Amino acid sequence: MFGSSKKTIELAEAVNEQAIVGRSLWRDAYDRFTSNKAAMVCVAILGCIVLFTLAGPFFAVWDNETIDWTAMGDVRGLGAPSVESGHFFGVDDLGRDLYSRVIQATTTSLLVGLIGAAMALIVGTLYGIVAGYLGGRIDGLMMRFVDILLAIPSTLVIILLLVVAGRSFIMLFVALGAVSWLSMARIVRGQTLTLKNRDFIEAARAAGVGEFTIMIRHILPNLLGVVIVYASLLVPEMILAESFISFLGLGISEPYTSLGALIAEGAGTMAYGTLWQLLFPLFFYVTIIITMFFIGDGLRDALDPKDR
Amino acid sequence: MALFSVRDLNVSFTTQDGMIDAVKGVSFDIEAGDCLGIVGESGSGKSQTFMAAMGLMPKNGLATGSVQLMGREMLNVSIPELNSLRGRDISMIFQDPLTALTPHLKIVNQMEEVLRSHQGLSGRDAEKVALGWLDKVQIPEAKRRLDQYPHELSGGMRQRVMIAMAMLCNPKVLIADEPTTALDVTVQAEILDLMVGLQKEEGTAIALITHDMGVVARMCRDVHVMRHGEFVESGSVDEIFSAPKKDYTKSLLTAMPRLDSDDAPHAVAADAETLLSVDDVMVHFPIKQDRGLFSGTVLLKAVNGVSFDLRAGETLGVVGESGCGKSTLARAVLQLIPPTAGAVTWLGQDLVGLTSHALKSRRKDLQIVFQDPLASLDPRMTISASIAEPLRTFRPELTLAERKIEVAEMMERVGLDARMVNRYPHELSGGQNQRVGIARAMINRPKLVICDEAVSALDVSIQAQILRLLKGLQYDFGMAMIFISHDLSVVRAVSNRIMVLYLGRVVEMADRDVLYDEPRHPYTRSLISAVPIPDPHLERTRQRLRIPGELPSPLDPKAALRFIPSRLTSDLAYQPSLKEVSSGHFVEEHDPLETLLDRPA
Repeated sequence: MFGSSKKTIELAEAVNEQAIVGRSLWRDAYDRFTSNKAAMVCVAILGCIVLFTLAGPFFAVWDNETIDWTAMGDVRGLGAPSVESGHFFGVDDLGRDLYSRVIQATTTSLLVGLIGAAMALIVGTLYGIVAGYLGGRIDGLMMRFVDILLAIPSTLVIILLLVVAGRSFIMLFVALGAVSWLSMARIVRGQTLTLKNRDFIEAARAAGVGEFTIMIRHILPNLLGVVIVYASLLVPEMILAESFISFLGLGISEPYTSLGALIAEGAGTMAYGTLWQLLFPLFFYVTIIITMFFIGDGLRDALDPKDR
Repeated sequence: MALFSVRDLNVSFTTQDGMIDAVKGVSFDIEAGDCLGIVGESGSGKSQTFMAAMGLMPKNGLATGSVQLMGREMLNVSIPELNSLRGRDISMIFQDPLTALTPHLKIVNQMEEVLRSHQGLSGRDAEKVALGWLDKVQIPEAKRRLDQYPHELSGGMRQRVMIAMAMLCNPKVLIADEPTTALDVTVQAEILDLMVGLQKEEGTAIALITHDMGVVARMCRDVHVMRHGEFVESGSVDEIFSAPKKDYTKSLLTAMPRLDSDDAPHAVAADAETLLSVDDVMVHFPIKQDRGLFSGTVLLKAVNGVSFDLRAGETLGVVGESGCGKSTLARAVLQLIPPTAGAVTWLGQDLVGLTSHALKSRRKDLQIVFQDPLASLDPRMTISASIAEPLRTFRPELTLAERKIEVAEMMERVGLDARMVNRYPHELSGGQNQRVGIARAMINRPKLVICDEAVSALDVSIQAQILRLLKGLQYDFGMAMIFISHDLSVVRAVSNRIMVLYLGRVVEMADRDVLYDEPRHPYTRSLISAVPIPDPHLERTRQRLRIPGELPSPLDPKAALRFIPSRLTSDLAYQPSLKEVSSGHFVEEHDPLETLLDRPA
């Protein structure tokens, strides 16, 4: 019975050899996503941008800190974008190379988006799953706490945190993460509530599976689809929030920069005929946001086809 | 010239996987006052035939051929032209009366809508006609029902409203699409009686779509058996039932468990030990009731004092209509819902009040198979992972390879191809998924398996296979079973002993033959007489026992005394007791049948 007899060994071998590959729901979702043209084009564009931030520095003539004193004297004339001077995107108001600056800013913005969304994903999912699955009074307490935090305007929280604790990379991630997990927790809790009354959870319980294992093995994989969709839409939201704060001058401080900060600078000098200072960062910013939203939409269509 | 005639009807759907032909060249006629049965299993195209005829097709559907009502072409005509026919000359009733009625409209308004568009009636006049029809379909307190919303009515009453609405304009043809599938047997019997009456009195022609051979035997004169979009066999009921020509028809007829067949389940050894004893178990749920300022909680007594014993290798059938507490009882036995009171003793040890840790070790021997095969499997897990889950919990010492072998063996045993290990539930059919559910329950060789409506969601032929599988497994492994179902024929096919539940109480419990041959309690008798038997001769001669009144709400204190009305006046809290009338045959106290039948509803 335990694999000792010849027949069972043969059976096991037969199973291993001829097992039909099943199509998981993930596989279906992947196929639906890849057949979505708009989303795939956006993935390609976003891939190009990421590639640009990685490979771009190797082609840079100037680094992002060095000030080109000759160009600084005549930003409008000598500082304009040109291949000869090595300033592919021109220079900024202080004579620094905008090409290198845009690469640095795009990296920052993408990181902010990804890390902010990842924090929301991890904290929000765990919090929501625990609240939803345990239910009752614990759920009530946990969700009221979320309600209270949600009632405070998030920009205010971020600004306060940045002012009180000082402006740094770490603090920016903490501040963004601190507000973004709230709605994620709500969504996950709602999903958990509907999942935990399904028959297969009861079946698992009848099979003697522990509560913690049920949460990890049965609930989590089933709400992952919704979580991924929401997280993918959170990425551009995080980038938007960071840009807004940077635009206000509260975000990342020099020598670091982000797309929001560059756009703010570019907007300030718009009237002096140096329009490229606005247009280059704006192009990358808008492209990232739009592609991110399209990818998020594509993921939603792929992962919950019923909710369309 | 036939009243309703369909010629060479083809229905096809364009889907992502290409064209699917749902109906392939079907032709039939219905004469006035006739009842034609269309029988087939799910996916046979029986509903699509009539949906196409009524112009109720989804956008990706295409119908060709000809459908004529009194010589007028109905297929692919414009919507306004169709609307002048639909509801007036031809109407339809559906399987689920709750989804077919608009939830936010009162009954009177829904009925008025039909009358206004076809007969120009409204206000008082419409109300009068509506009331007349509600009376004709024998709805109790018809006048009050007019002002109620669909959700306030029971399933049987909703189906009556649907029929009344369909009949409002005296249609020539009534299409009934599985009209009684969602209903309890006693209600089904009443609805079928009602339809027979309408057919006789109003001369309405009925097209009855169903999967239930028993219903056909009772209602129809001619039958078409449908499979894969084609008619397999056609003829009069007597021909089809007594001398079926095609194999498929034969298999349909033999697959169905019959109330009068003589397939006995395996006998229990006389010295079998008692595994489980359930003593006076109660499960009460507090229900919040809002009555203005004074909101309070009322106890819903889902299970109200049930006792029974179960021996090794025995099968106990539990029957009862919806809301009688069958499923709650199953969950209370397994401690998935903690019982409010009473004791569940497993191998001499009380399970009630054990910590979840202490319970876990017992769970190895106590397993359950659910009603909905797809919903009871985790959609993100391969079926082998689902089957292996109890092994991971109870035999963690097994290596991955050993577990694989165990799972493959069990899959072969339940009739699944072991090569399907990596499949996901959504890729399998309902029957296959139920086999997965059974394999998961059986993998640790449990001593007790509870089947909670395990075959109710399946087609008859699949149902027969699953029943055979369960019996075979029981023969091999010797486990005890509690078999819960609303279908008396199915329960009879597998059980040694049968318990009849009514509103959380046992009304009768006896050995299977005793219960079916000499039922004592009026409720059991009415249940048994309501089940249609797939034999037209027998069906026509059988007398039906109808106890006045619908299945009442479990919240109503008077409901528990429905069979002992003599106590209603004196003592509302009276609990009828269970008496042993002969060895092993328990019957709950009740008034004589004659007094019950004489009472008005």
